[in-house]
Amino acid sequence: MPSISREEVAHLARLARMDLAPDELDHLAGQLDQILGAVTQVAEVAADDIPPTSHPLPVTNVFREDQPRPSLTPQEALAGAPAAEAGKFRVPRILGEEQ
Amino acid sequence: MSEGGLIRRSAAELAASIASGELSAVEVTQAHLDRIAEVDGEPESGVHAFLHVDAEGALAAAAEVDAKRSAGAQLGPLAGVPLALKDVITTSDMPTTAGSKILENWQPPYDATITKRLRDAGIVVLGKTNMDEFAMGSSTENSAFGPTRNPWDLSRIPGGSGGGSSAALAAYEAPLAIGTDTGGSIRQPAAVTGTVGVKPTYGGVSRYGIIACASSLDQAGPCARTVLDAALLHSVIAGHDPLDSTSIDQPVPDVVGAARRGADGDLSGLRVGVVKELGGEGYQAGVEARFNDAVAQLSKMGAEVVEVSCPHFSYGLAAYYLILPSEVSSNLARFDAMRFGLRVGDDGTHSAEEVMNLTRGTGFGAEAKRRIMLGTYALSSGYYDAYYGQAQKVRTLIARDFEAAFSQVDVLVSPTTPTTAFPIGEKVDDPLAMYKNDLCTIPSNLAGNASASFPCGLADEDGLPVGLHVMAPVLADDRLYRVGAAIEQAFAGAWGGTLLNQAPELTPTATRAKVIS
Repeated sequence: MPSISREEVAHLARLARMDLAPDELDHLAGQLDQILGAVTQVAEVAADDIPPTSHPLPVTNVFREDQPRPSLTPQEALAGAPAAEAGKFRVPRILGEEQ
Repeated sequence: MSEGGLIRRSAAELAASIASGELSAVEVTQAHLDRIAEVDGEPESGVHAFLHVDAEGALAAAAEVDAKRSAGAQLGPLAGVPLALKDVITTSDMPTTAGSKILENWQPPYDATITKRLRDAGIVVLGKTNMDEFAMGSSTENSAFGPTRNPWDLSRIPGGSGGGSSAALAAYEAPLAIGTDTGGSIRQPAAVTGTVGVKPTYGGVSRYGIIACASSLDQAGPCARTVLDAALLHSVIAGHDPLDSTSIDQPVPDVVGAARRGADGDLSGLRVGVVKELGGEGYQAGVEARFNDAVAQLSKMGAEVVEVSCPHFSYGLAAYYLILPSEVSSNLARFDAMRFGLRVGDDGTHSAEEVMNLTRGTGFGAEAKRRIMLGTYALSSGYYDAYYGQAQKVRTLIARDFEAAFSQVDVLVSPTTPTTAFPIGEKVDDPLAMYKNDLCTIPSNLAGNASASFPCGLADEDGLPVGLHVMAPVLADDRLYRVGAAIEQAFAGAWGGTLLNQAPELTPTATRAKVIS
């Protein structure tokens, strides 16, 4: 039976790049515990010799000819951007002060 | 003909009337826009199937069909017929939100392949329908823009994630709709609203331009009020697309022919398997009763009915709730506040990473957060083999169950959902109870085979619709339509047409003047 602490939930939220409020951390810790408790039953049936399936149908890489073809214009690509400047996406600073 | 009669006609009938000149496409479109204005209302009161209605664009598209007809051009089989499009499918002329605040007002720069095929067929897109955020949910309560209500009883859920599409059909706001099905999001809403919903074989309809939920499970498909309408729509949207590398490069099964054949009501030679594991404890009595009636009817029409065991189906839900969140946590990583959508905290004091954290914490709703966290956990080092790895093995076992079953029978059947539509709010903070809605529908997403839900009557205890779930092998989508059409015609006499004829009349909502942009 898994048991997920509030600290673990906070760690997962950091990995997922998602700020969660303190009450969300508490609430999620209980719910994740409950859900994981219910889904661990997958371990009961799947023996070592069963191959995993990642995709419902057999798939292979699909390639096309390496020919130029129309794509979005820079204006179209930037049209939905939260902020754009000089034909580029404008983003907040990436490096911290100390760097 | 009165407007009331017009909106109740099937897509096939409307298309025939438009082709013959009895009705214009503009007239048909306007009647549906009027109906939307009358009953769709706001989340608090109306059906609230639509997040966005494009009256101007729809009327222009309809006028184009009328002009083509006047010029003597040959029209497609659904030309001029209005449709409601799930808001997870990109449209270059309408916002696309996937029911999320993180994409509020986002205007895609391109059309999905589905959108393009609908336009090419002369189908008139009325607007975009409400859904659970990023297609995660079974009730449409997880939409950031308020719930959709079930036209049979406005206090109940219309299913999910495609509750907007199913409710639009049941409220006669549109005769056709598009849904997407990752674990049952076309079929469960169809079941609880008394409509038809088909999940084609995985790869049967292009995913290009569909905002991804879980890529190895997502499949778009047709929603309609009649089986023939669903088949006609299926053949418009299905078929190979070079822009989707998982799209099947094979001919589309003859679904329209199968729907017409099925309407003969002769199922002799068809072998039907009732899945033993999908019934019994946890299933509402009225659901089981209607399901048993439908099975008896299949056998009366000549089908040979046997019981079949699929022993690993009972592990499907567990495997699904590991595989789906894992893919979701990866797919939703693209919402990083840098290239599109919401950005929070960009005030010069926060770094890019802080802005990302703030935006995702603010922009995602509770269920999206829950599944992102679950997936992050299942994929993290130390747990990967125990969770994701094991779930993938169960996926193999479920596919083998299907293989074994389809060596004995042509189709499998079960109820679509364990219960009828439940009251809004009942399960919203009980994820495990909510997840159980998809018990019967999930195996087909894991194995990729074709499945559908067809109306099969009303439960005695609450008078609400019940769905018959039919499962067919990969690329045998046509079998679904044969069975669905046979059931539809068998019950038409008792129902006075489609099951929706039994639904109560919707009264115009208090907030009549829905803002139509």
